[in-house]
Parts: sequence; structure tokens; C-alpha cells
Amino acid sequence: MSNTTETKNAPYKPTSPNSKLDFESVWEYAPAPQSSDFVDIKEQYDLYIGGKFVKPSKGRYFKSTNPATEEVITEFAEATQKDVDKAVKTARKAFEGEWSQISAKERGKYMYRIARLLQERAREFAVLESMDGGKPIRESRDIDIPLVAAYFFYYAGWADKLEYAFPGKKPKPLGVCGQIIPWNFPLLMLSWKIAPALACGNTVVLKPAETTSLTALKFAELVKDAGVPDGVVNIITGAGQTGAELVNHKDVNKIAFTGSTSVGKIIQKSLAGTDKKYTLELGGKGALIIFEDAPIDQAVEGIINAIYFNQGHVCCAGSRLLVQEGVADKVINKLKDRLETLIVGDPLDKNTDIGAINSKEQFETINKYLELGVDEGADVYQSKCKVPENGYFIRPTLFTNVSQSNRVVQEEIFGPVLTVQTFRTADEAIEKANNTPYGLASGIWTDKGSKIFQMGSGMRSGVVWANTFNKFDPTSPFGGYKESGVGREGGLHGLAAYTKI
Amino acid sequence: MKYPDFNQTVPIDHVGVEERVSRLNKRSIKKESKIQALKMALSMIDLTTLEGKDSPGKVMQLCQKAKHPHPSIPDLPTVAAVCVYPSMVRIAKKALKGTDIHVASVATAFPSGQAPLSMRLEDVRFAVAEGADEVDMVISRGAFLEGDYHRVFDEIAAVKEACDEAHLKVILETGELHTYENVRKASDIAMHAGADFIKTSTGKMSPAATQPVTLVMLEAIRDFHYATGKMIGMKPAGGIRTAKQAIQYLVIVKETLGAAWLTNKYFRFGASSLTNDLLMQIVKQETGNYQSLDYFSAD
Repeated sequence: MSNTTETKNAPYKPTSPNSKLDFESVWEYAPAPQSSDFVDIKEQYDLYIGGKFVKPSKGRYFKSTNPATEEVITEFAEATQKDVDKAVKTARKAFEGEWSQISAKERGKYMYRIARLLQERAREFAVLESMDGGKPIRESRDIDIPLVAAYFFYYAGWADKLEYAFPGKKPKPLGVCGQIIPWNFPLLMLSWKIAPALACGNTVVLKPAETTSLTALKFAELVKDAGVPDGVVNIITGAGQTGAELVNHKDVNKIAFTGSTSVGKIIQKSLAGTDKKYTLELGGKGALIIFEDAPIDQAVEGIINAIYFNQGHVCCAGSRLLVQEGVADKVINKLKDRLETLIVGDPLDKNTDIGAINSKEQFETINKYLELGVDEGADVYQSKCKVPENGYFIRPTLFTNVSQSNRVVQEEIFGPVLTVQTFRTADEAIEKANNTPYGLASGIWTDKGSKIFQMGSGMRSGVVWANTFNKFDPTSPFGGYKESGVGREGGLHGLAAYTKI
Repeated sequence: MKYPDFNQTVPIDHVGVEERVSRLNKRSIKKESKIQALKMALSMIDLTTLEGKDSPGKVMQLCQKAKHPHPSIPDLPTVAAVCVYPSMVRIAKKALKGTDIHVASVATAFPSGQAPLSMRLEDVRFAVAEGADEVDMVISRGAFLEGDYHRVFDEIAAVKEACDEAHLKVILETGELHTYENVRKASDIAMHAGADFIKTSTGKMSPAATQPVTLVMLEAIRDFHYATGKMIGMKPAGGIRTAKQAIQYLVIVKETLGAAWLTNKYFRFGASSLTNDLLMQIVKQETGNYQSLDYFSAD
């Protein structure tokens, strides 16, 4: 090992010429837009408290734009301290009243009903998710919405079996749960929060992200239609200040937060010294480790799924590629060719692979990192694809000639930007993969099973995917090491986080 | 040229291959791009009859269909080739005289390949002497599965030599190779031994062509192209009956190998009933209505 350490961090530069393949096609795909005529978006949405849509106490609203067109699509109410207090009191009343009298089996029934109602309106939710958040319809239709239903179905099944989930214990609900979710998977993150909370008999006050509140408010309609007692689910909208009011409210028993590590740290500080339970699911800078013996074409596809899924707005994205030196040129060249076939554009077009960046703010953040990478001396490669003139779009990007000390390698960019480094030995790969304050998810590609287990046990990473990436399942716990979070969501672990046992 | 060690296996992850195909199948091909695809697919067909009951009359009918797929629509492309047994090559050649349509002949004791090499080579020479522009050979699957890769390689090289000017398509009969890794290895052997095209199947057994197998072969062609700059053609054969399937194949080709392969010089469909489904869809796109199969010649 010692003789390899000297040049371990030397930046890697690919040497092969660019590919000879030509994707400037003689056959272009015509636009194939998903119809959005059938969805109904109101001009203004109020807060959902106690089973009713109510006006915000200060009467303030903020605009929500479609990031693909920069057009305002609706307005959401801004919940202030008084509204948050009202929502928490309503949730408390429901928790101590009707909800606690309902049998576990009935609780499960409400959840099954929510899941089925969602499936019936799946296409509508998919379209709204894409319009409000910018993600391609292929993903919202085939991944987000089916997973939301799956999480509700899964946790519905546990509602009357909690004593079997935790044998020998008498699990009790925690009470009122304050839940704050991010803008990258709006409805999916809602399901990760609300489904286990309801299964265990809690009531919730949920605040969606300010840029993507639409599907959460539409979800309130499902809750109403399912006949869930008033006050069990409350949805309040607003920005960071609203979230802070919720976190600091005295009568909340648990805070569940998914979002950035910097906000997570503030929440953790403000919860210190209280008896509130909390789970935090924060940022990441996941490594993708590709060995020489990997199935290369499938590994390249894995990279695409790891970093260009949902515009790279994925906390568990694989944003650092670590490739073994012997296959580095090959992988990089194949990756560049593959980038040329990614279609960037209208999120509602069924052929779009990469949609719009969620907000102007995030668009500027990513662009800042693109400039920073170049300033730091990295080589940048972007696909030549067309991008729409309006809206926030960024071409899929690769940075080569970078090392551990580059900021683009260290910091979470949360965009379609991949950095590429090389390694020679498995130990070196583990060292580089772990050399980050984060530890949420990573991936390994090799044809050798034993290597997967050897690597997996050395990685400080909440999830390690082998020969695949970004696969989600309600039965599987998800969460981070180090600054990527506290606690787990999903599976039995996710259930335990909403019970007193 | 440097030959790889065929005893080494190129790893292929079957889950990944199938996921990639299912993602490519989600491409939505509409309007102008659909019409263009239907016509392109039609131009890539190797119109095939390979039956014991084939007769000169049957082959002539097929050649007529090849030349005039659907006379009521102007500007339709013709198919790429007519594919027959060696005994029918002369008849097809005569029927197709004056057109650009190639005559392809299966040979090498098709479909099993279970004859001595000398007889298989004689089969090839006969087909070429009768006028075949293209020869579709089968590999020795038994030798391949035994691990006797050099024999497989040498036989393909010998057939290539016997082909003279004729283009060589090498049928791997992927349904008998069982794993994607074997498909990949057989593709590599065929390309290094001199194949102009690699082809999935004889059409005489099931499974015949599948999209994941085709993707694995296209990726082998891509790696060969990266390494040598040469362009090898691809022909899925058997089981492709609908226009929808054909368009899915074209999407796989487009996004794996790019524009250069989207021509009948480098991509073919081995099929017969596909032709009428493409024609029906073209008529539907142009008139807005589906017509009865009675309006499409059954040859």
C-alpha cells in the first residue's frame, strides 16, 4: 500500500480521443406531451387544518412557479406563528380525541383507502408533480406516485400488527408529529412521513417545501375523501420561518425533517434540551465505485440513474464517480456518449430524461458550482443537447481532472453534475468514498460477489447499492451516517421512529 | 488486429440489461417520427421464407411483394433483401433483377449446422455461385458450449473466405446460448472472425430475437467499433411481428449506436409478417383509419 499513497490524489485526466459515434440523429423523436388539460389547479390554496381549508391568519400568500416555463401556476398561503399554533392544537385535540378511540384495524383501513384513492388519481398527481416541481413525467408517473402508494399500502399493513412488529412491547404513539419535507420528491417524502406516523396512531402537522406544495394540498383532498377524522392530518404551507415555528412549538412530540444538512443542524440545535424525538434525513455526496471487473455497459447505466435521476436533486445521488484506473478511459468515453442521448426539456414530454431545475435559486446554486469547478481547474464536459430557452435547465455535466480537495468533490451540488476520480486498490476506493462529512448512499459495481460484501462493510454509508442505484422499497430502511442524518425511515426502523417502545 | 482471449468472459449484468431495455421501451414515438420509423423499418426487412414446402412459385410471390410492398401508397421504400434457401437463390435473383433488393441465402446446413465443415462450405459456395449477395450462416453451438471457441472462430473465418464478395451474416442462435455473457462472447468471436453482420436467430426455435439479447449484441458491436473503427451490422430475426416492436428495436439502435446504424446497410429485421403490420400502420398514419387485412397482399 505505502508505495501507492504518494500519487493517490493525483488528478486523473482521460487520454482517449472522443467517441466516433454520432447521435445527431437522422431520426428525431417528435414531441410527445402528456396532456394536462384534465388537472384542476386553483388560483390560490389555503391551509388544511382540522379537515378544512382555512385562510392564513395574516392573509399572506406566496407564488409558486412552474420551473420549466417560469410561469406562476398558483399561490400558497403563508402560515405564521398563529396558524402553526392552531394546526398543532388541532392535531393535539384529534390525537387525544377521536383518533385515539379508533381501533388499529380501522386506522389501517383509512390508510388503505388513501392508497387506493391515490392510485385512482395517479396520473393527475404525476402531472401536478411535474408541473410544480419540474421533474420528468416519466419519473413522476413511473417512480414517485407508484412508490407513494406502495408506502401507504406497506404501512397500512402494520397498523394493527404493531405488537408483532415489536414483540414483547406495547407500542404507543408519540402524539403530534411535526414534519418538514423537501422539494425534490414532494409527495414521496410526504408518504415517508405521514404513512408510518398514522400507522402508529399519531397525528401530524406537515409542512411541504415552499416551491412544491401543490401535491401535498391535493393530498389533503384524498385524506378528506378517505374519511380520515378531522385534525389527524394537517398541512401548512410556508417557507423556512413556518418550519421554524413548527420545530419550536412546545406541544409537538416529534420532528421529522428531510432537507439540507445546514438546516438539519439548526433544527438539531433548537431541539437540544427538549424532550422532542427527532429524525433527520439530510444531504449526501455518494460515491459510485466501479471496478475493472464490472459489467461496464450496465455500470454506465447505473451512473446515469445515480446522478441524472430527478435532475440530480436527490439526497442519496451518486455524485462522485470513483473508477478503477484500468477502465477509467473506457468508462468516461462511454459515459460521454451516453450523455449525448439524454433528452433535456419539457418535464411533461414523455421522452424527457432530465426536466427543469426546481427553482431559480437552485439553478443559480448549480451554475455557481459549475463556475467554481472550472475555476478550480477541473475539466468540464457537457452534452451538446438542445435545452429550452425559457425555464431553468442545465445540461448533464461531468467534471474530470478533480481530486478530493476540490470543492465540487466535497460539497453537495444537488444538480446533474458528476465528478470523476480514479483509484487503484479497493482500500483506496473505500478511503476516498468515506472521506466526506456525509454518509447517505453509495454504489459498487463489480462482477464479484465477495467484493461487494467486503466493500460494503468498509463503507460508512446508510445505503450501499450493488450493481444498481436509486432503488427504493417501503420495506427497506433508509438513512444516513455522519452528517447525512439521524434515524431511519422505511421498513420496521421507520415504524419504530413513530412509537414509544 | 489484436484478438481478445475468448476464454475470458465479458461480464454482463442481466438485471441491468433488461432494465435498460424497459427504459428504452418507454420512448413515445408519435406523428412524423412514427411515419419515418415505419418506413425505415420497412426498408430494413429481410423478407424471409425458409420452409421445406417453399417452391419457385412461392419465392416469386415473395419477390413481387418485396418490390411492391403496397402499390396503392406511392413513395414506399422496398424491403432490403429476400432471404431464402440456397436452392431458391437463382429464382429469387431472377425475380429481383433490375432492383436494389439483395438476395440473401441461409447456408452452412441451416438451421442446425450439423454437417461436416466441408459440406457446409460447399453449401456456401453453391449459394454464392447461384448469385446470393448475402450469406446467413449458423455457428456450431455445440462447439461453442463445449468451450471450443477456436473451432467456432475458424469455421466462421472459413465461411467468410467461401463467401468471396458476398456479405456474411453470422447467426448465433442466441436461444441456444442461454446467457447474455455467451451471447456477448459469440458476438465477439463472430466479429473478429470476419462477420459483416451478427444475427440473433434462425427463427426455427423459441426464444428467437429478444430486445435484451439485441441490446447485448449492439453493445458488442459498439465496443468493436470503439476498438477498431469498423462498423458491423445487426439483424434480429424471428418473433418480430408488430410495428410497435420494430419501432422499439429502432429506438434501441438509435440510442446505442447512433445515426450511422439507422440504415439497412447496418440494421435488418429478419421477418415476414412484420411487413403487413408496418404497411397497415403506415396507411393508418396517412389516412387516419385502419384498413382490413384483406387490403394487404398475403404473400
